[in-house]
Amino acid sequence: MNHPLLSLLGPDGQLDAATAAPTPADGLALYRDMVMARRIDTEAIALQRQGELGLWPSMLGQEAAQVGAGHALRPRDVVFPTYREHGMAWCRGVDPVNLLGLFRGTTMGGWNPRDNNFNLYTLVIGAQTLHAVGYAMGIVRDGDVGTGDPERDRAVLVFLGDGALSEGESNEAFVWAAAQNLPVVFFVQNNQWAISAPYSVQSRVPVAQRAQGFGFEGVRVDGNDVVAVRQVTEQALASAREGNGPTLIEAFTYRRNPHTTSDDDGRYRPVTENEEWEARDPLARMRTYLAGAGVLDEAAEAALAADEQALAERLRSGCRALPVPTASSPFENTLADMPDELARQMHEHLEFVAAGEEQDR
Amino acid sequence: MSTPAVPTPPAQADEPVAGPVRLPIAHALNRGLRDALAGDDRVMLIGEDIGRLGGVFRVTDGLQKDFGDLRVVDSPLGEAGIVGSAIGLAMAGYRPVCEIQFDGFVFPAMNQIITQLAKYRHRSEGAVSLPVVIRIPVGGGIGAIEHHSESPEAYFAHTAGLRVVSPSNAHEAYHLLRESIASDDPVIFLEPKRSYWLKGDVDTTVAAPAFDRAQVVHPGDDVTIVAYGALVPAALKAAQQYAEEGVGVEVIDLRSLSPIDDATILESVRRTGRLVVAHEASRTAGLGAEVAARVQDEAFYSLEAPVLRVTGYDTPYPASRLEEDWLPGVDRIVDAVDRSLEH
Ligand SMILES: Cc1ncc(C[n+]2csc(CCOP(=O)(O)OP(=O)(O)O)c2C)c(N)n1
Repeated sequence: MNHPLLSLLGPDGQLDAATAAPTPADGLALYRDMVMARRIDTEAIALQRQGELGLWPSMLGQEAAQVGAGHALRPRDVVFPTYREHGMAWCRGVDPVNLLGLFRGTTMGGWNPRDNNFNLYTLVIGAQTLHAVGYAMGIVRDGDVGTGDPERDRAVLVFLGDGALSEGESNEAFVWAAAQNLPVVFFVQNNQWAISAPYSVQSRVPVAQRAQGFGFEGVRVDGNDVVAVRQVTEQALASAREGNGPTLIEAFTYRRNPHTTSDDDGRYRPVTENEEWEARDPLARMRTYLAGAGVLDEAAEAALAADEQALAERLRSGCRALPVPTASSPFENTLADMPDELARQMHEHLEFVAAGEEQDR
Repeated sequence: MSTPAVPTPPAQADEPVAGPVRLPIAHALNRGLRDALAGDDRVMLIGEDIGRLGGVFRVTDGLQKDFGDLRVVDSPLGEAGIVGSAIGLAMAGYRPVCEIQFDGFVFPAMNQIITQLAKYRHRSEGAVSLPVVIRIPVGGGIGAIEHHSESPEAYFAHTAGLRVVSPSNAHEAYHLLRESIASDDPVIFLEPKRSYWLKGDVDTTVAAPAFDRAQVVHPGDDVTIVAYGALVPAALKAAQQYAEEGVGVEVIDLRSLSPIDDATILESVRRTGRLVVAHEASRTAGLGAEVAARVQDEAFYSLEAPVLRVTGYDTPYPASRLEEDWLPGVDRIVDAVDRSLEH
């Protein structure tokens, strides 16, 4: 099977002639979300440099993949992210300040996964793919698939990386999704690197092709083209909601920053690669397109810049204001009912902490 | 034993230098791996990002360049794959040393470790040993995010058929690793990650005690502390504080978490009559419980005080802003020693 790369909005900002142009409002919304996502990322990197965050996994270059997918979702669809889906989180309405807590060390989570149908970040590679499968089984049992009622039918969108495709758990997820024909879409951001491992370390076949052996369809899309990404994700989600089972989407893109702020990518890849991908920047092409279409005028740019500035300021102050959890919180949140022995340990710990504070005074 | 058919670039062990050199633990480990690779063609390294990158802690830095990518293998992203294929390599006569990137990521490999690696010698009635080493950075205290601060040692110690060792300083790191690689048994090699940059004198020519032995690292006659890994420096600090007050605290570095060297611990406790066991891992069913049980079995009438445990709590590892208080350190060890002495 051939998996051509679907691209609608080219790096030069030209929209495919056969594709319906987005309405001005729609085009601006896509662009705005990518700009805001990038701003979250750059601010977080700056906060890490200032010592406010311990670590940050940058999403630079992957804005179109995430925002495109984000715009394909309906509110009742459920998302399972990795740890890099800051743009997706933004689209789901997660307060971006809350994305920082995990990396500041104030929480192991950061938001209530039920609030926005956006689950907690998963750091253990591949683990979330099976949760997505289980959630999709729940949707089927609830009867919320294939009813034709747009208010009712729902699907699961789960993110994973090209490296994650090698974990056994991801492959089990594919088996389950196919065997049970589940309403789940596997969204692989193929950013071509798993820390220092190029995709060739993981596989000999293109990402999209891997779905085939499991019995469902894989599609390949230019991950830096927000229009194309949204289109294929909309189709895959619609198919899942209708009861036609899973799809794998390969969004072909590039991780332009090091793996995290702790990584040194100069050790394993040439800078020229980065330059190549900068030329395919997802924001720049949308900007060119919108400007050419007369949609992004000076007033719109100014409004967007102001929004960005406000977001940046909120991130900076919000980060520093993130509450440090109480010393008792790990004990309180371990089990629904605290066992006596754990209560004793908590007591011991709180006394110890209080004595230390006494001494510090 | 067959010799590898695939030629590998010539590479040399570092010249053994007379006298100690000062190295951080990470470099001592690197040197241990280099010498093992150079000394035995059957030794191989497998892990995520260990080649070009040199591992996220740089422990394997430069080794792929010098020994080639057939001996220092950048694996696909999968821990079951790393350990499972190491088992197959061991069956084929090789001596693989696996690297698990972080403690929290060993769990996808647990099936291979527990159901296969630990049991094969037993199943083959002694015919086939699996000389696989699994190196895992462990423990907290580095301000990390979730799954990067775990202390999984008890899972391994509870599994018959595995050896579990953990060095506490650079010299030990070198020698324990060399011995682990030379051992015909599977060895879980736990590297206290917050000590990676702790420097110490390494003498590659002077062997450390056997890798299944505990070691008295600070002598004393009043109370015994048993610790391992990152808590050994903390226990030593506590012992030095007591020394100034004229109290003799004996510190034992356990080194081998399975099997446990009872003899060294019992000899000490029979003298001191008091024992504190310290580890970062949660309390329940931890190594502390095991050591305490052995001591009360064998030295009950020597005890002047209950055996006390200083441990992490029975909660998931907390967000890093809480870890400084959550982790047992010098203060909590001192508090336990005080309580023991009060009896
Ligand atoms: C089970 C497991 N093994 C190892 C790691 C360490 N690790 C973190 S990210 C990463 C690479 C992931 O690559 P990919 O899936 O392509 O996603 P990307 O980071 O490129 O977005 C590795 C090996 C982990 N988090 N979980």
